[in-house]
Amino acid sequence: MTLPVISKQTAIIATALPRPRWPPSKVTRLPDSTTSRVSLTLASSLESVNTVEKTAEEFAARAGFDEDTVPNIVMAVREAAINAVLHGNAYDPTKHFTASFEANSDALVIRFADQAPGFDPSSLPDPLAPENILRGSGRGIFLIRAFMDEVHFRQLHPGTELTLIKHRAPAQPAA
Amino acid sequence: MSMKVSTRQVDGVTILDLSGRITLGEGSVTLRDAVRDVLAKGSRKILLNLGDISYIDSSGIGEMVSAFTSVKNAGGELKLLNLTKKVHDLLQITKLYTVFDIKDDEASAIGAFA
Repeated sequence: MTLPVISKQTAIIATALPRPRWPPSKVTRLPDSTTSRVSLTLASSLESVNTVEKTAEEFAARAGFDEDTVPNIVMAVREAAINAVLHGNAYDPTKHFTASFEANSDALVIRFADQAPGFDPSSLPDPLAPENILRGSGRGIFLIRAFMDEVHFRQLHPGTELTLIKHRAPAQPAA
Repeated sequence: MSMKVSTRQVDGVTILDLSGRITLGEGSVTLRDAVRDVLAKGSRKILLNLGDISYIDSSGIGEMVSAFTSVKNAGGELKLLNLTKKVHDLLQITKLYTVFDIKDDEASAIGAFA
């Protein structure tokens, strides 16, 4: 995947400026000998969701997660991206969201930030409850929690930051 | 990869052979329209063949549930056929495995309709 590279500083400054519509995906790769990072700034569109999904698949595989774990990470990431685009930014073309991927020796950490009004994850109905089992929606956060080891929400005022963490499998003790 | 649907009839059962991804956007809309279309044509025994479905997200799951409900409300039955391991695991995690009637071979699936 080839995308234009801009400096992280530029991305931070651009965030503070008033409004134009955000440009398509920008990727920042930060050099680090022990940690791998990719950062995306994306428009609120389905195309962006697909971009993030592909990035997650490539990043997780490159970070050394196995072929059974990568699809689960990808699914959680896709759901998080959908959350940002659809439920957070409501496909508003004037709003963007960011997705960052970081892999170190302990874990894969993925962060999403949208520009939506405040969101209370504890208010979400339980999709497994009998009265909700036949609902046509409401399973995204549940699936994220099912496939990731840690899920954290933080209010940004405005916006919400969602952090997904997948720990690396511990090394097996020698026999 | 968008979702593709082909329709055939076997012993009074309408089989929708699905391929691709059932995801937010085009895929889930295609499924919704396909089920709506066969219901409108009078089908009440509908079998979704998911053997060539490579991926379903939460929207796709929601659309399958909505299809199940729509067919049931119309007095019909909707069953699933040929789940991949990934889809099977998803339906188990979401406790929908006990909601749908799921079959591994077409003949059994067709015979299971009332």
